[in-house]
Amino acid sequence: MRTRVFLLVMIAAAAVVFFAARMVSNDYVFFAGYTVLQFVVLATAWNILGGYTGYVNFGSAAFFALGAYATVFLHKLYPLPIPLLILIGGAVSGIVGLGMGYLTLRLRGAFFAIATLALAVVLQTLVVNWDYVGGSRGAYIIRPNEIALIGPYVQYLFLLMLALAVISLTVARGIERSQLGYGFATIRDDELAAEASGVPTLRLKLIATTLSGALMGMAGAPFPYYIGYLQPSSAFGLEYAVNSIAMPMIGGTTNWVGPLIGAILLGSLQQIATVTISSAVNLLIVGLLLVAFVIIAPNGIVGLVQNWMRGRTK
Amino acid sequence: MPGALLEVTGLSKRFGGFVALDGIDLTVAEGERVGLIGPNGSGKSTLVNCICGTLVNESGSVRFNGETVDGLLTHERTRRGMARSFQLPRPFTTLTVADNLRVPLLYTVNARPGHALSPTELDARCAELLQLVALADKARHLPRDLTQVEMRKLELARAMAAEPKLLIADEAMAGLSQSEVDDIVGLLIRLNEHGITIILIEHIMRAVMKFSQRLIVLVSGKKIADGMPDAVIRDPAVERAYIGQ
Repeated sequence: MRTRVFLLVMIAAAAVVFFAARMVSNDYVFFAGYTVLQFVVLATAWNILGGYTGYVNFGSAAFFALGAYATVFLHKLYPLPIPLLILIGGAVSGIVGLGMGYLTLRLRGAFFAIATLALAVVLQTLVVNWDYVGGSRGAYIIRPNEIALIGPYVQYLFLLMLALAVISLTVARGIERSQLGYGFATIRDDELAAEASGVPTLRLKLIATTLSGALMGMAGAPFPYYIGYLQPSSAFGLEYAVNSIAMPMIGGTTNWVGPLIGAILLGSLQQIATVTISSAVNLLIVGLLLVAFVIIAPNGIVGLVQNWMRGRTK
Repeated sequence: MPGALLEVTGLSKRFGGFVALDGIDLTVAEGERVGLIGPNGSGKSTLVNCICGTLVNESGSVRFNGETVDGLLTHERTRRGMARSFQLPRPFTTLTVADNLRVPLLYTVNARPGHALSPTELDARCAELLQLVALADKARHLPRDLTQVEMRKLELARAMAAEPKLLIADEAMAGLSQSEVDDIVGLLIRLNEHGITIILIEHIMRAVMKFSQRLIVLVSGKKIADGMPDAVIRDPAVERAYIGQ
């Protein structure tokens, strides 16, 4: 399927999701759905670096928070429409991703992961001490209740996140089928052999960190409007770092379907747990599922299905 | 030397206090078939890594095709026409056998000016290369389904896919049976007849003697002999290095 056709199919699917959600006349569906979609974007973005090139990023929360705080900063300066804020948040996180890549991509494996974690800690410290965006007290964003054409504001935010999910899935799938995708896969498999085959590994890794960071920043940009009150500990929350790793791992990291399945599955489970048990159980669920999958299906749900299909054709 | 494709001058490489290569000079002419031998640990693979840019040499210089390539990254040297196979096969494990060959076609051949291959041409080139090394029926398999011999053939095919001027085959035949060795030597000689200059690093003397027009011997990081194969193996210094006094 060509990328353009895929995009149209995704837009159609997104439209179905949106109108189906409107049929349920309850704003909570949009409220919970927004979180799940946000994880679809984060998981897909993480997978571009972590799944395709094999570089594990523990600092997802930092890129997400950068997008969110770019919004807070601009909101105080001069309120802009959210789609524009998404672009700006993406640009800020993309640039930081590029910079992080330059500084850390000579490290491999666990060392790279530790460096990304350190980046998150450094950025959080900076934000906590930056009074203009609220510092450790946090910042309030007053959002309108309604918006023209759509109605409730949460539906508008849901629609924006739906669009971001469509964009990130299309980007991820487009990469997989392009020359870039082959290059990323060779980096994951063997960087030395990749260089010997003519793959400019450093340049490709920088492309991956930039793209991945930018998509995470885009996911973070509308967040202050969604939550209404943003503090460093919620924007830099552990749940973003953990979920954006766990979701692709559980779904499967080798193609775009994995993070989508992982995010929908884990995201919905967490929403259900939040209303039925307690929001504190969320990370426990993620942890237990991750352990279970590492043991039973190290290649995630997609890997499980692929093995099963290969077994049937033999 | 006129028509020199590769010129290495005064190349040295240390690992900490250990001198792995000590002032190596060598020249390879265009179209030549050169054998490079030496006992284990004599620095053959280190030399290959320095020529290809995988390791950075402390002193000395590498000229390739009339251009100094010092400081260029491996992929830049590959694009200029230098290809290598690895001593232990390093296939891209998550890509199919055909896609393993597609990578150098996309990133090396297509990156050269005026060489853009269409998707159908790419498929055809992959099939052609697989035919050449008799792996056509494994095209859609993953490398883990291949035998050791097939893995080595894939390694060679991937180096050839980059359409090199110079091919450095690092122990492409270790562990193969006699008839398989003959297969690969025949393949390398055919490639050479198509104009590719080849440096063969090998322990199997039968293969080296059959293949080489010239033989270079490394011992403990120094070049101790360079010349006609028959003369070189009778050289007392070479005998001493291999058999002892």
